[in-house]
Amino acid sequence: MKHEITRQGDVTVIALGGDVDLETSPKARELLLAAVKDSRRVLVDLSGVSYIDSSGVATLVEALQTARKQRGELALAAVSESARRVFELARLDKVFTIHATVAEGLG
Amino acid sequence: MTTDNEPERLALLRFPARADRLKLVRGLVTAAVRMCECDEALERDVVLAVDEACQNVVRHAYPAGVEGDAELEILRDGIVLVFRLRDFGPKVDASCLRPGKLKPNALNGRGLHFIHDIMDEVGCLTPSDGTGNLLEMRKRLNPCGTPRNET
Repeated sequence: MKHEITRQGDVTVIALGGDVDLETSPKARELLLAAVKDSRRVLVDLSGVSYIDSSGVATLVEALQTARKQRGELALAAVSESARRVFELARLDKVFTIHATVAEGLG
Repeated sequence: MTTDNEPERLALLRFPARADRLKLVRGLVTAAVRMCECDEALERDVVLAVDEACQNVVRHAYPAGVEGDAELEILRDGIVLVFRLRDFGPKVDASCLRPGKLKPNALNGRGLHFIHDIMDEVGCLTPSDGTGNLLEMRKRLNPCGTPRNET
């Protein structure tokens, strides 16, 4: 799994890439939980994610719950086609704010 | 669904039940589904479902600190793809493999939902030598669907 963290104004943007699976989701969890603790607004760019499974989804849900407990926000952007299907199966479209693009999420 | 002919074995892989082997398994499943000329959407779904089943073996088949293997057999039975996933751990109550109600905010339990949502049939078989657990998942093929983007 690849990742890149940038700061754009008051938003921390975490771009994940490659596979977010049982092997790599502990690293994604570490990155996301650190980000929501440090920043009130976190945007997760999923455009580079080629595969995500239930452990990856669980990681995103946990980060969202942690952000909300701290009165912060976590949103998703640019969900790749393969990840979108997993989100549909998990009925997560009503749980997350999902932006079509990173630029839209920053707006 | 079965045919008059014996199912054709496409692949058989025995692998260490570890998270860092799942990518290898996904690659094999992808190749097997492509042999059947299915569309990309079905390919993605099937890979996800089999991966989730393998994850359950990695997570739950063996006691903590004990390493073990898993075995995945992929067969084509007419227009049905059959996946048989075996572990060699203690017997599991088959009722554990039925998904509960899906809660969008839950952190666990989605994998079983994915498997049951994607596959046409999911069931437990008895391994021939009586040890371990054997999960069978069946998925009807839909060849000639959305054209694949060859890159």
